[in-house]
Amino acid sequence: MDVLLEGVRQALGLLLGGDREILGVLWLSLQVSGAATLIALLLGIPAGAVLALTQFPGRTLVVSAVNTGMGLPPVVVGLFVTILLWRSGPLGGWEILYTPAAIILAQAVIAAPIVTGITLAAVQNVPAKFRLQLIALGASRLQMVWVTLREARLPMLAAVMAGFGGVISEIGASLMVGGNIKGQTRTLTTAMVLETGKGNFEIAIALSILLLVLVFGINWALTVIQQRRPA
Amino acid sequence: MSTTTNIARRAVLIAFLLLLPSVVWGQSPSRTVILSTTTSTQDSGLLDVLVPLFEKTTGYTVKTISVGTGQALALAARGEADVTLCHAPALEKKYLSEGKMQDRRLVMYNDFVIVGPEADPAKIRGDRSVVDAMKKIAAAEARFVSRGDKSGTHILEGTLWTQADVTPAAPWYIESGQGMGATLSIANDRQAYTLSDRATLLALSKRVDLKAMVEGDKLLLNIYSVMEVNPANGPKVNAAGGKAFAAFMLAPETQAVIKSFGVDKYGQPLFVPIAGKKDEDF
Repeated sequence: MDVLLEGVRQALGLLLGGDREILGVLWLSLQVSGAATLIALLLGIPAGAVLALTQFPGRTLVVSAVNTGMGLPPVVVGLFVTILLWRSGPLGGWEILYTPAAIILAQAVIAAPIVTGITLAAVQNVPAKFRLQLIALGASRLQMVWVTLREARLPMLAAVMAGFGGVISEIGASLMVGGNIKGQTRTLTTAMVLETGKGNFEIAIALSILLLVLVFGINWALTVIQQRRPA
Repeated sequence: MSTTTNIARRAVLIAFLLLLPSVVWGQSPSRTVILSTTTSTQDSGLLDVLVPLFEKTTGYTVKTISVGTGQALALAARGEADVTLCHAPALEKKYLSEGKMQDRRLVMYNDFVIVGPEADPAKIRGDRSVVDAMKKIAAAEARFVSRGDKSGTHILEGTLWTQADVTPAAPWYIESGQGMGATLSIANDRQAYTLSDRATLLALSKRVDLKAMVEGDKLLLNIYSVMEVNPANGPKVNAAGGKAFAAFMLAPETQAVIKSFGVDKYGQPLFVPIAGKKDEDF
């Protein structure tokens, strides 16, 4: 128990004292996971909308693949992204392995199916009659999709929360493609593993408290938007 | 209500706008050195002191990938690193003879210790020969936690079992598959014996009640050396950077830093610098 209390005390100290190394780690985690979520949204929302609104042979297979992808193990993504980004790998020319860009890439791969799957479900929940009505009122196909997406925007905020929450707390991929390099690719979760390995349990606890507070704060902001009453 | 909403919405928007442009991209490759090394150099905190020093004096940026020795050397052999700092002489020599690695030089050493519970079920406390102690542990079927991860420590442990002519097996032989810190914690919890490097043992001494049982045997010497990656291993090996880092590790100023490292925290140094010595000297 002493360890836990000491951890809470240290977390407060690190945060309020503005420890530069910890703030750097916090800021990097936020940047990397935020950018990855943004990329996942740019890919996942169109993909989810297309899957929800079209029929084509093999669609069930694709949807099953997306649903499987929602549970993609980060360590599997980490392994494959690492091999692709090796100097000897097909994307070796990018020279981004062990940089934040590599973590963003891996995390975007993890988050994209989550965003796609939730968008798909959200758009499918908009009644088909609503879409027919839009067409009947003279909306073009693109306008119809846009209005339908607007209608589904509240459940889709869940996609942002799930995607971001999933990648910021992920460890396997960040460790493999980032390398946990001090001052460069050390994120909240990889720092936690390192400090635990070093026996610095108080710092590890402090970092986990920071992570929880961060994820809570972001979910709180998104929930306020999602749950607001119509003006 | 709507004010809160607006603030929250703006906060999210601003957060996203801030994110993209400010992400740091990789430095120019020829100024970057990838150091492939073991967990113990990182966990002891030594590299946190040495790497900034090297970066300051040479202008290179170092990417330290700290993994088990097995993986560290495998990555180097593929040309995914430029220089290695490892502690598995037998394996290192294999890579040297295959031509994958070049110019192996000793940097420093510390030692390994067999630790175990106070009760000492295999009665090995104070044994001079580590091989005898391993035989007794196996005969008593006393619990022993192995790293099981092809790290330098695990490779040494395998050598010791071979010399003791024992094939360790479950249920008394437990493989953790994790780093030294986690393995010590498991051994502590299971009241088991394990093989640990002294640096990690000292770092965890606050949390671990296990006692040093066997130490001082010549077989327990833990010798670290640097090797440069053969540029032929891959198209992008930074040979000049690797050479610079190896030279830095052997420089008198660096060796002086190694000699005093850990004294302030543990009252004793964690590593002994040995630049210029040969394997035969030990």
